[in-house]
Amino acid sequence: MAGIPHDHYEPTSGGERWLHRRLPIVGLLYDTIMIPTPKNLNWMWIWGIVLTFTLVLQIATGVVLVMHYIPSTDRAFASVEHIMRNVNGGFMLRYLHANGASLFFVAVYLHIFRSLYYGSYKEPREVTWIIGILMYLLMMGTAFMGYVLPWGQMSFWGATVITGLFGAIPFIGESLQTWLLGGPAVGEYTLTRFFSLHYLFPMILAGLTVVHIWAFHTTGNNNPTGVEVRRASKEEAAKDTLPFWPYFVLKDLFALAVILAVFFAIVGFMPNYLGHPDNYVEANPLKTPAEIVPEWYFLPFYAILRAFTSDVWVVQIASFVTGGVIDAKFFGVLAMFGAIAVMALAPWLDTSSVRSGRYRPMFKWWFALFIVDFFVLMWAGARPAAEPYATISLIATGYWFVYFLVMLPLLGVIEKPLPQPGTIEEDYARHYAPATGGTKTVVNPAE
Amino acid sequence: MLRYLALGAAVALGLGGAAHAAVEEETTITDYAFPFEGPFGTYDQFQLQRGLQVYTEVCSACHGLRYVPLRTLGAESGPGLPEPQVRAYAELYEVFDEKLLDGEGDFRPAKPTDNFPESSLANAPDLSLMAKARAGFHGPYGLGINQLLKGSGGPEYIASLLTDYTGEQKEEAGVVLYENTAFPSRWIAMPPPLYGDDVTYEDGTEATIEQASVDVAAFLMWTAEPKLAARKRAGFAGVLMLSVLAVLLYFTNKRIWAPYKRKAKDRVPAE
Repeated sequence: MAGIPHDHYEPTSGGERWLHRRLPIVGLLYDTIMIPTPKNLNWMWIWGIVLTFTLVLQIATGVVLVMHYIPSTDRAFASVEHIMRNVNGGFMLRYLHANGASLFFVAVYLHIFRSLYYGSYKEPREVTWIIGILMYLLMMGTAFMGYVLPWGQMSFWGATVITGLFGAIPFIGESLQTWLLGGPAVGEYTLTRFFSLHYLFPMILAGLTVVHIWAFHTTGNNNPTGVEVRRASKEEAAKDTLPFWPYFVLKDLFALAVILAVFFAIVGFMPNYLGHPDNYVEANPLKTPAEIVPEWYFLPFYAILRAFTSDVWVVQIASFVTGGVIDAKFFGVLAMFGAIAVMALAPWLDTSSVRSGRYRPMFKWWFALFIVDFFVLMWAGARPAAEPYATISLIATGYWFVYFLVMLPLLGVIEKPLPQPGTIEEDYARHYAPATGGTKTVVNPAE
Repeated sequence: MLRYLALGAAVALGLGGAAHAAVEEETTITDYAFPFEGPFGTYDQFQLQRGLQVYTEVCSACHGLRYVPLRTLGAESGPGLPEPQVRAYAELYEVFDEKLLDGEGDFRPAKPTDNFPESSLANAPDLSLMAKARAGFHGPYGLGINQLLKGSGGPEYIASLLTDYTGEQKEEAGVVLYENTAFPSRWIAMPPPLYGDDVTYEDGTEATIEQASVDVAAFLMWTAEPKLAARKRAGFAGVLMLSVLAVLLYFTNKRIWAPYKRKAKDRVPAE
């Protein structure tokens, strides 16, 4: 594996040498766990571990839940109640699994924001970024289908609304929707295929996790300065880095323990807070709920989807230009997927030569506004589709695209970045004097 | 910046609760104090027994509890009826057993291993999960703060619904609707079920409308969430153990980083 130069595994005993000649797996694990990691990583670099742990948690709880769950429209809802009432510890398994999805998304959003702020998506980490976006899409698919499985009212109607989006695609939409659902409407055949895919997707996610880690182990981690680790020699690299084990493993485990303590408090004391009460009512195709609201982690994109109604001028222009092929509904679908697509393109939209937002005085504010925008969209997505929420959604959606399509390219040109530290070592020494050596260190209180 | 992100995570959790806050009707839900509220609250066995009595003598005429096994009435964290009493209670109900009469099926008295029967009236909803399927508290402005502070308010909704009939009624398309300030559309098809002294409590508690409403709401919370006590115990154990682990990891982490991370004693500020 290419990357930052460091010590490699040397088999010492006869048995180790025997295995190493045939399968260098210990060496691979050694290189993975001993990867030189920039020593100035801050607490935003813990979410990867949290995500990996959550994936394992979801798979572990999910595998047991599957043993008791019955994917049929007659019995799915009752089988979930069976898990909650009769299976030993079943209520904990289910609540851990359901809230685990929320933990997953909290972590993934913070992970993504981290990348966006510190420019982790930039050259040479574009592949890591793209794989990450693919994983995020898979996560959304998995979470959506998982929410359908309990076969509550919100499961059924959420599935109806979301698969209806595909029906909005011109010409092929209707056949595509039928193909996805396995029939004319959400039913038994939909439930069984969602069940199958809900089990398959996490396996692909696990595989992509390996590729994601492989990719950034090749380029090395980004870090809060955005300055690359010096890699001319082992000695030089060692000045900028510490091995992942034990320094970052313990740091990450500490963070994980704190986060899981909060997670257990939610699971133990308010497990239904993030859910919708209507999902405790069995699915009824004849009774539409008063409101159909997706889970919180879909709300920002749900708001974008709903933002474009037929009285918005861009929709009217699009409709006129395409001769009505693009109507408001399809425009909304395009906007929703477009919102993720522009995020995926961030490495090529961002023209700044400076990686980290820390040294970008103007970018900082636009980024802060982007975070606010995200929460505004999340809030607007849960509100009724009426004024003033429609206008708020539209403005917030507009800013989402402005941030990626206008600000990222523009800022790189007009912004005068602050001086960056020459090396990671220099930045690190500003915060912490090494135990030995230099006594006087210049500290920049602004950081 | 990072602090804002962490704050954002907290807000995100808050907003999550907002997902079920979109419809905020003008309803009045009384925030009754239930013994099972808060991280350490558990069910009051006597209240559950009183609630069971209200359910049996009033609600069960129309409503069912199809997901609740009768045997769980003996659960210590539930109503805690002694076994002979559970058996006797089960026999109050008749269930359809398809194995009887050589596969033709027939009714027989229920056994503790059976579930409560389903609703006998087609448009009377099943009550097993009602306390979790309704939310009494919302907002403000869809921010989910009320739910965070007071809980979702399912049992409060049920208790309020039972007490908040105004006495007004109207007929719409041949159906008599009763005005109720707790019901989202204000007009409910269920006639007022309680008139006061509907049941005679064995423990001498006066069965006012409010008392019976709160008791049956507590009972329905138990039918919806029978493992509440075990869940809170597991949550508490989890939080406690993870907190201890976090403290240990904090010091371990501090210790191994110390050689590289000693704060400079004589730092001089830039500028």
